[in-house]
Amino acid sequence: MNATHPPLNTLSRRRFLTATGMIGAGAVLSACGGGSNAPGAQPESGGGGASGYDGPDVELAFWNGFTGGDGPVMQKLVDTFNAEHPNITVKMTVMEWADYYAKIPSAVSSGNGPDVGIMHLDSVPTNAARNVIVPLDDVADALGLQKSDFAEIVWDAGVYEGQRFGIPLDVHPLGFFYNKTVMESAGLDPENPPMDHDSYMAALEQLKSAGIEGHWMSPHPFTGGQTLQSLIWQFGGQLFSDDGTEATWHEEPGVKALTWMVDAIKTGYSPTDVGQDADAIALQNGKTAFNWNGIWHINTLKEVPNLDWGVAPLPNIGGEQAAWAGSHNFVLPKQRTPDENRLTAARVFINWVSQQSLAWAEGGQVPARNSVRESAEFEALPEQSTLAEQVDYLRFLPPIPGIDDAFADFDQALNEAVLLTKEPAQALSDAAERANKKLEENRKKYGE
Amino acid sequence: MASSPPRIRRYAPWTPYAFMAPFLLIFLTFVGFPAVMGLWISLHDWDYMLEAKPFVGFDNYLVLFDSSSAAFEMFWNGMRATGIFTVASVPFLVAIPLALAVLLNRRFKGRTFFRAVFFMPYVLGVAVVGLLFRFILDPNIGIVNGLTGWSIPWITAQPWAWISLVAMTVWWTLGFNTVIYIAGLQDIPTELYDAAKVDGASAWQQFRHVTLPGMRMVMIFVVTITVLASANMFGQADLVTNGGPGDSTRTALMVFLDEGLGAFRMGSAAAMSYLLAVVLGLVSIINVLAMRERRRPKWRS
Repeated sequence: MNATHPPLNTLSRRRFLTATGMIGAGAVLSACGGGSNAPGAQPESGGGGASGYDGPDVELAFWNGFTGGDGPVMQKLVDTFNAEHPNITVKMTVMEWADYYAKIPSAVSSGNGPDVGIMHLDSVPTNAARNVIVPLDDVADALGLQKSDFAEIVWDAGVYEGQRFGIPLDVHPLGFFYNKTVMESAGLDPENPPMDHDSYMAALEQLKSAGIEGHWMSPHPFTGGQTLQSLIWQFGGQLFSDDGTEATWHEEPGVKALTWMVDAIKTGYSPTDVGQDADAIALQNGKTAFNWNGIWHINTLKEVPNLDWGVAPLPNIGGEQAAWAGSHNFVLPKQRTPDENRLTAARVFINWVSQQSLAWAEGGQVPARNSVRESAEFEALPEQSTLAEQVDYLRFLPPIPGIDDAFADFDQALNEAVLLTKEPAQALSDAAERANKKLEENRKKYGE
Repeated sequence: MASSPPRIRRYAPWTPYAFMAPFLLIFLTFVGFPAVMGLWISLHDWDYMLEAKPFVGFDNYLVLFDSSSAAFEMFWNGMRATGIFTVASVPFLVAIPLALAVLLNRRFKGRTFFRAVFFMPYVLGVAVVGLLFRFILDPNIGIVNGLTGWSIPWITAQPWAWISLVAMTVWWTLGFNTVIYIAGLQDIPTELYDAAKVDGASAWQQFRHVTLPGMRMVMIFVVTITVLASANMFGQADLVTNGGPGDSTRTALMVFLDEGLGAFRMGSAAAMSYLLAVVLGLVSIINVLAMRERRRPKWRS
């Protein structure tokens, strides 16, 4: 269902357990494979994949975590690629993201890493610093990729210490899903969902008088954490200082954002004690009208029979347009014994898929490439292109290795406040204090 | 036996070792080596992907006792959660299966069927059980509150979250202890019960003075193994409450996993694990000492 979720904190968030349930795999401890270990030490080869590959037959291992509706879409792309490239066979292996992120470093260090992988944007700096992936500036050059081809923020976020480690495939923003039947039953215009603070509050009030709790506030990272992050930015705040050394979510905008969520519960716009996924299920079952959820939710809702729903960019509650988003990026895992042919073929593959990102959009994503996003074909995907309107004001985390570690604390603050066990301001500042210690330890560890 | 046969040496001196070698090999590979390696790791600032793994001595242990460190609160909250769960679940997991075993040890129609029914949940994986209960117990859309009309926050507020986790664990795992108890009950000679009946013992007196003493060794085993299993609780809290509300059900193992394989601070995670291992070792020793036979100095024949 939500396999495209981006991991904002390294484990607990990736561990998001939709309908499958999983346990992070143990990793094998093994010593590093020698050689130079400065981030980015691996030869470039093959003209970045633009000049094709005409060597002997190779088989490439391609790992990712597309366990949801996006998996078959990617598999179709891989099949097409294999058919068009007789001397390259890409074998795709899909596993849960949590397993994937735990497994890939140990696979790399034992020399069994895949040739190509996918990583969420916020995991790229950590894995670059840990020598799990190698730079691919040459692929970007060969693809002729430039900042102007992409949403700027997505493009910039793939760079760590001056080198590019990720080629953006898509962005997946948070969107505003609404149940038209429920809106109608409360006398709201289902074709005109409320898009600013005042009309949103008025709509919630009207729903309340119709006996409907209009927007269920989740105490969990999905979707509460993403909602809170979006709100903090909307209220003009930041999660971290620009250099990533300190959490700033406990400052005034953060408190306002979390208080807005908690007040919605106290006012009766949301029930208390919302469980994992309950907010999304309530929308499907017609128990609530609004749900802020990830773009991957489009495909889930499409499969629900007789559900009359719509999607729009997030309403502007705080005063500034902003929305949470994640982004899938191609990465090249480090090889212990680099094989020229495979490195070239891997680049050819990335190059090719990057140009097919429209096909990928059908899997419920927004293409990272401007040209694709602005094409008529993409416009023809109404839900996706609606959410793509947000692309100019999406936010990502500063590219600091290990920044995800701090998110466990952020999630805890959300959980405590939304479950009404702690005041928002107190919960946020306690969490910031804990997170700052972790950020400081990480600075020491990653040598900054 | 009438007379013992003359001692004949039928094996070479190394024969026992040859028989033990396969196990020893597996033990050394999967227990011995990792244990020593873990100790070594706990003395370093260890990330296996980084070249620099600076030696830090006992720092990883000392910070666990320093309330200003990042790990302190996380670790002790995890230990507290594990402690609460263990104390809350072990009595039920020891007592309920014992009662069940006594019942299922009687002769009645359908006994095998009921034995199978009570054991059945145990074969389910934790993922199945966890997901099942997350939806059964969901406060707003779950079937329990839906059918009863209650609005109990089963998994989102305390003490309900603990009650739910303990109850589902008892339901899930009681079959295992029951089977062990049944085996133990079958080992008690019926003559003892006959003798007790002749002496006019009531059912309760038979249970108290024949069954319980006869099960002493089995009880020691069950209590020890249950304490260890409860202290290793991970999947239920991970799946059902995700450590919440707040971090109140975030158990020690969840903390270790996040620290070691989430944040890749493996030295610190190893130190935490060793501290838990020491605590569990002490608890097990106390447990055995407290439950061993006191009155009769000789081993029960």
